[in-house]
Amino acid sequence: MISANLLAIFYLISGILFILALRGLSSPETSRQGNLFGIIGMAIAVTVTFLSIDNFSSGFFYVILFLLIGGSIGAFIAFKIPMTAMPELVAGFHSLVGLAAVFVAISAFISPEVFNLGTSGNIKLASLIEMSIGAAVGAITFSGSIIAFLKLRGLMSGSPITFPGQHILNLLILISIIILTYFLCLNQSSNFFWSLIAISFLVGFLLIIPIGGADMPVVISMLNSYSGWAAAGIGFTLENTALIITGALVGSSGAILSYIMCKGMNRSFFNVILGGFGGTDQTLSKTSKEQKPVKSGNADDAAFLMKNASSVIIVPGYGMAVAQAQHALREMVDSLKKNGVKVSYAIHPVAGRMPGHMNVLLAEANVPYDEVFELEEINNDFANCDVAYVIGANDVTNPVAKTDPQSPIYGMPVLDVEKSKSVLFVKRSLSPGYAGIDNDLFYRDNTLMLFADAKKMTEDIIKNL
Amino acid sequence: MEIDPFIFRLSIFILSIFVGYYVVWSVTPSLHTPLMSVTNAISSVIIVGAIIASLAGTNLSVFNQSSIFGFLAIVLAAINIFGGFLVTQRMLAMYKKKKKDKK
Repeated sequence: MISANLLAIFYLISGILFILALRGLSSPETSRQGNLFGIIGMAIAVTVTFLSIDNFSSGFFYVILFLLIGGSIGAFIAFKIPMTAMPELVAGFHSLVGLAAVFVAISAFISPEVFNLGTSGNIKLASLIEMSIGAAVGAITFSGSIIAFLKLRGLMSGSPITFPGQHILNLLILISIIILTYFLCLNQSSNFFWSLIAISFLVGFLLIIPIGGADMPVVISMLNSYSGWAAAGIGFTLENTALIITGALVGSSGAILSYIMCKGMNRSFFNVILGGFGGTDQTLSKTSKEQKPVKSGNADDAAFLMKNASSVIIVPGYGMAVAQAQHALREMVDSLKKNGVKVSYAIHPVAGRMPGHMNVLLAEANVPYDEVFELEEINNDFANCDVAYVIGANDVTNPVAKTDPQSPIYGMPVLDVEKSKSVLFVKRSLSPGYAGIDNDLFYRDNTLMLFADAKKMTEDIIKNL
Repeated sequence: MEIDPFIFRLSIFILSIFVGYYVVWSVTPSLHTPLMSVTNAISSVIIVGAIIASLAGTNLSVFNQSSIFGFLAIVLAAINIFGGFLVTQRMLAMYKKKKKDKK
């Protein structure tokens, strides 16, 4: 057994190692070392917790057993999961953190004496409030992440589910959570505690169902943030520094990611959270549409254009992930490079279903990361580029965002694809994208539409190169 | 007058938010997915609470109402810790620089 002071110092060390783990992610070279720091930090935290226990009951055996069971499941998932399933994996992991927080809070509520929080029915007021916050946020994280998981996995429709009075209902529930916490503190009845958890589960559910598929990057980041705050709430309850530091780190990390994603769509956080975006206000743009000429081509034309270009910029989007076209895409780029064509990739911040989604897929297909550029880095290059190859992206290339103040996506930062000499747009049909608006790019003179599945078209182009 | 230990914990919490803020802004956007999976893994340090909770029982009754929740939390957190770190490792191993020898 080690002293409480020494224990606190070890928890501080793991906290610092976690900070270094995040710090390592500032560049791919240092990131692997960062991950190692994270693992060491976790090992220290778990080991010293074992050392702090003075009476080794036979329960200890079960702790190790359950640790190994969970660990094997986790390791199995980590090795088996395909990279395209990363968004739902992360959502699923968030739900586990949330549920673990709820379970620890329940345990602390039932046996407060184990954690030195007073006795059952007579828990210290501050601990009770912290515990309630941890449990409520954890429960919201859990059910919210489950919905996000189902939507990302395609087990539930990705379109927003809205009903009248939705916002008022959510508001009423939030108020009832506060009232329940108040009564819980007043008489410490377990009924209030259980109702609090049940209602929080409901909130998470109601919060995520109105949010559509393409807003998922914001949702995942937000749930990431929540899982951090839940951990911090439990950290306060258990008076544990490692948990408090980690919770704060994760909480602010998720909040920053949400902010970056919202900025990438030029929408406020509340606009996203209130949901229901897309699919509803098509009437706005319908007027300007109607029978405009579209040029369409085949793989042969596309191959010819790209072979004779001196520079090509690839613009991938969610459609590339759906079609699993990243490997074919890299092969196409390889043969272009053999022909002396300069190729780079342009990634919009909200391309895909989670922050950095496209980068991971391209990395999986062995695309070197120094050929992949962010919006600000590459946007000026479109003007000097011969061919832009848009594969699976739509709204993020729509020039309307710059020209039409009436458009729902007006002001959203977009890739200046239309400035390149010619645009090859791989898409299955002329249907509008997530925002429910027509893409002006389809009708430009320098655009050649390639109507096909992203993977199939790319493979056909390779044959013609 | 003595300062409530809560205030110390609150100070740690708030300073950590600031540390997190500056550290995360310096994360390169291409690594945002690994960032999410690694934050996932580290937030599972909640397992320390689960371990304490699960040892609430006595030698005679290892599984009581409170320790069962502890054991369940251990399984969930362990899935996350192993899954989170390993999948991050797997992703980071894929980020490669352009090979110099290739034309």
